[in-house]
Amino acid sequence: MIQGVQEVGLYVRDQDEALAFYVEKLGFRVHTDVRNGDYRWLTVQHPDQPAFQLGLFTPGPPVHDEATAQTLRAIVAKGAMPPLVLSVSDCRAAYERMRALGVEFTQEPVSRYGNVDAGFRDPSGNGWKMIEARR
Amino acid sequence: MWALRSDSLPRNHLLTVVRRTPQPKEDPASQDPELLRRLLRAKDRMDAASHEDWPVHRLARVSHVSAAHFARSFKQAFGVPPHRYLLTRRIERATALLRDTDRPITEIAFATGWESLGTFGRTFRDVTGESPSAMRARARGAANELGRVPACIVSAAQRPALTTAVSEKRRRAADGTNGAPTKEIRR
Repeated sequence: MIQGVQEVGLYVRDQDEALAFYVEKLGFRVHTDVRNGDYRWLTVQHPDQPAFQLGLFTPGPPVHDEATAQTLRAIVAKGAMPPLVLSVSDCRAAYERMRALGVEFTQEPVSRYGNVDAGFRDPSGNGWKMIEARR
Repeated sequence: MWALRSDSLPRNHLLTVVRRTPQPKEDPASQDPELLRRLLRAKDRMDAASHEDWPVHRLARVSHVSAAHFARSFKQAFGVPPHRYLLTRRIERATALLRDTDRPITEIAFATGWESLGTFGRTFRDVTGESPSAMRARARGAANELGRVPACIVSAAQRPALTTAVSEKRRRAADGTNGAPTKEIRR
């Protein structure tokens, strides 16, 4: 019996940088931060969604060989990872707040069919849409 | 593996496989991720303002590289030269405006970055295979099956795949030769 998705991971170029971004700019908090040698299992969680964790992982050994890791780093840096969507209650307010914090926006808030959406990237290149759903 | 499957593949497909085999020097995975991240920033800027002029030196400045290095690296990273990428974005945006608004076609042409209606109409037809007005009529006739997908992503999904230069497409149309259809190349 499936009860929902618990954790989804992203590849990031640097875990400290990603952690600072997701915590300080997006309002997530650390859920798990465990190291084992070079490996670091790092997940963050949004206070409003305690059942879900976002994993922030770097490609590389021991999970990947160097060639695979390089390919993954290139894919992330080119913004070729799949779309990520953040749900917000007020897209324009979130945009102003995040922009003031230095978040790199790729699209200003646009109203489409009653929804308002904006786009931004994390420092690694992962692309997010931020959507305020029609009420 | 390709040898086993080659019998069942159309000829164009095989050509595609041969053409797409990366040369060692051009392997995108060999590009510095830090450079790729800066190239992505230039691509994002084109996405955000595709109606603006984006000469290579302007894009190169966004990526903090020389113009020559930019053009070469961008094509290596994203598979198309920067000006052709911009063209796909303009066509994509024009398509959305034709479909979703009642704005006159002339206005859409200027709003999406073309300098004349004639150039817009010709390029649009060369890329998509139909005129702006025909596309508008067809899109309105079709039911909106993509209603549950975020609008921003629908828009990207409808971007034309310009794997050949527009001039090349024109030449082939004039010759009556077909070349490899763009859609097959992508598969």
